Amino acid sequence: MNNELIYVILAIGVGGLAIIMGIIAILNEKLSVSVIAGGVVSLFASILFLLMAAPDVAMTEAAIGSGLSTLIFFYVLNKIKKYND
Amino acid sequence: MIKNSLIALVLASFVFMFYHLYMSYEPKTELSGIAAHYAEHGAAEVGAANLVTAVVVTYRGFDTMGEVTILFLTASIISFFLKLSKKDEDKVIVHRGTSELLVTASQILIPIIFLFGVYVFINGHLTPGGGFQGGAIIASGVVLSIMANPNREINHHAILWIESISGIFFVIIGILGIFLAGGFLDNRFISLGEFGDLFSAGAIPIIYSLIGLKVGAEISNILNRYQKSQKES
Repeated sequence: MNNELIYVILAIGVGGLAIIMGIIAILNEKLSVSVIAGGVVSLFASILFLLMAAPDVAMTEAAIGSGLSTLIFFYVLNKIKKYND
Repeated sequence: MIKNSLIALVLASFVFMFYHLYMSYEPKTELSGIAAHYAEHGAAEVGAANLVTAVVVTYRGFDTMGEVTILFLTASIISFFLKLSKKDEDKVIVHRGTSELLVTASQILIPIIFLFGVYVFINGHLTPGGGFQGGAIIASGVVLSIMANPNREINHHAILWIESISGIFFVIIGILGIFLAGGFLDNRFISLGEFGDLFSAGAIPIIYSLIGLKVGAEISNILNRYQKSQKES
């Protein structure tokens, strides 16, 4: 098995996982689970960027997409819960 | 029923569009136009080992300035809308108590995360990464410190000064490029040095360090604002 084929299989696997996580994020009824699933989609996307030889974009996606924006979503979620109670 | 059929119609048209896009796609065997120029002459003209940095900071430096300005605007707007009243400002957040694991880990990890962020933006012209990535990494270190100690006061004036001074020097270096070299944000007014060294590529390391400090300060400010807005009842 040559190297290129391994990369293709890996990319398809990670992409499929990202799609599954996206579906979970849409369908799950708990908002906190949705937010975490959204963060995981970003994490898989950053692995995909790394496989496609774009380490710069992968670093940005991992730090901002799955780290900081997930946190901001949680802050907002906390705020919304306070008003709903 | 009508709603569902409309959704199906939209999806079908998307499939049609992407099918055509996919079928008409032919992989290119060689670079074309301006990309070929960057790939061939980039190293000689700019002296940066990381070609992405060469494009982002010099060839497309004006775009980068726009991006930094957008981030600055976002941070200002968030600070404006999440401003607390005097009454809420003095409140102390009551929480379940931070886990000991997090507190201990943060004491060890925060310096390492800051160091890694600084490493990423200082070596932006040699290795993958740069100002934006380094700034985001520094901001995640700030996040860890906020998580470990929710009532920590982050020095506002320090953030303000770091952000303003690095922004001003970014523009000043850009203007120096007009007078001393070929144009706005031209990095060649400092000697290019040896290709691949830490002190090489002219002004690129300086510009990227300034961008890194600016982005880190702005994102930290945004997160600090969100954290403080939790005090509001």
